[in-house]
Amino acid sequence: MNTIASILAQLRPEIKFEESNNYINDGLLDSFDIMVLVSELDKAYSISINGIDIIPENFKSQAAIEMLLKKYEVNE
Amino acid sequence: MNFYFSNKKISGMLVVLPANERKFVDDMKTFNFPEARSLKLKEVMGYDKHRVVTNGTCSSDLAVAGMQHLFDEKLLGRDDFDALIVVSQSSDHILPPTSNVIQGRLNLKQDLFCIDVNQGCAGFIVGLMQAFMMLEQSSIRRIVLINVDVLSTRVSPKDRNSYPLIGDGASITVVEEGGMGEIFANLKMDGTSRDALIIPAGGFRIPTSSKTAVLEDAGDNNFRAKDHLRMDGSAVFNFVQVHVPPMIESLLEFAKVTSNEVDYYAFHQPNRFMLQKLADKMQVPYEKMPNNIVENFGNSSGVTIPTVLAYNLQNELLDGSRRICLAGFGVGLTWASMYMRMGNMSFCNIINYP
Repeated sequence: MNTIASILAQLRPEIKFEESNNYINDGLLDSFDIMVLVSELDKAYSISINGIDIIPENFKSQAAIEMLLKKYEVNE
Repeated sequence: MNFYFSNKKISGMLVVLPANERKFVDDMKTFNFPEARSLKLKEVMGYDKHRVVTNGTCSSDLAVAGMQHLFDEKLLGRDDFDALIVVSQSSDHILPPTSNVIQGRLNLKQDLFCIDVNQGCAGFIVGLMQAFMMLEQSSIRRIVLINVDVLSTRVSPKDRNSYPLIGDGASITVVEEGGMGEIFANLKMDGTSRDALIIPAGGFRIPTSSKTAVLEDAGDNNFRAKDHLRMDGSAVFNFVQVHVPPMIESLLEFAKVTSNEVDYYAFHQPNRFMLQKLADKMQVPYEKMPNNIVENFGNSSGVTIPTVLAYNLQNELLDGSRRICLAGFGVGLTWASMYMRMGNMSFCNIINYP
């Protein structure tokens, strides 16, 4: 399990994220979960995700999160 | 829109907080979320304790108690001010204005300009702007600005998005003529986003009724009624992150100061996470932008900036002065900021009610 998947699993252990194509539309992550997720990503990669990047679109899937992290020169 | 003022100062500041304190670990028992998930949120957002009123305490109760304290301690004379500005989203009644309620309860003089302003998280700065503009009149020498809200009574205890952070309180700020240098401010508003922070029922558009009191499933495990505060957390967060950093940059440019020359950034306190993200974006050290009000007292709308100042900078504002950048952002939507030298106050403290 990679770091993103591990963080998601800790955040919502009862959810099978791999079964969803869109975490937001499927109701797996709400806006407050996203803030917790950002906090965990910041810590894990020693970055600070810019506040304007904290929009649901950037957290709708593992691919979207990976794409966002690339902006911060993080490669999963 | 930019504003410029001179020869005006804040000479004293008192914050009145309800003595009743609620703890997040107790609140979370009523949320429809697993405890572990709520505890994670507590850690990130800084939720811990918050002060909320009990027994039907209203805005004027907090304000009158604070004013009486100032009179009793001889920090303010009963006849020594010419205007009373009350900034609140929780007036005692739809009418009359709460400023008149306070005037009447304290038997203040009739030569007093009483005015209510319906504003929230930017309300301290909006109130200061109003006060500074009033001081241009020769008949007005000193102004009492009261920010007060008791919105906890309009937040659903089953709404994990809003209830843990809500706080009640009042602040009394004495504003008068006197020089501490120039004051720069700016303000923007966007009424097209007004629904992002709203209490839908209770006004004339949707009067309260048995229907508006019914808790509804908001679709995200939170339950609230139309009588309750509704906050679109994602929209508000994004609004703040997009608009506040450029607003501050523009303000400091207007004031011709660099960000390093500002001693403190006393910002409205929505939650710790949002403030840390702002500080990161603005490259301001966390110790220059205090973020400890939500965890200790809750978010009391327009009262948070005076609370930040009195809780964190009391000694520095009583003895000496500091260059302070204020920023408020929220309902309206409204975002406003102000840069000024502040200090040498005759009082700057927090008291409990009752």
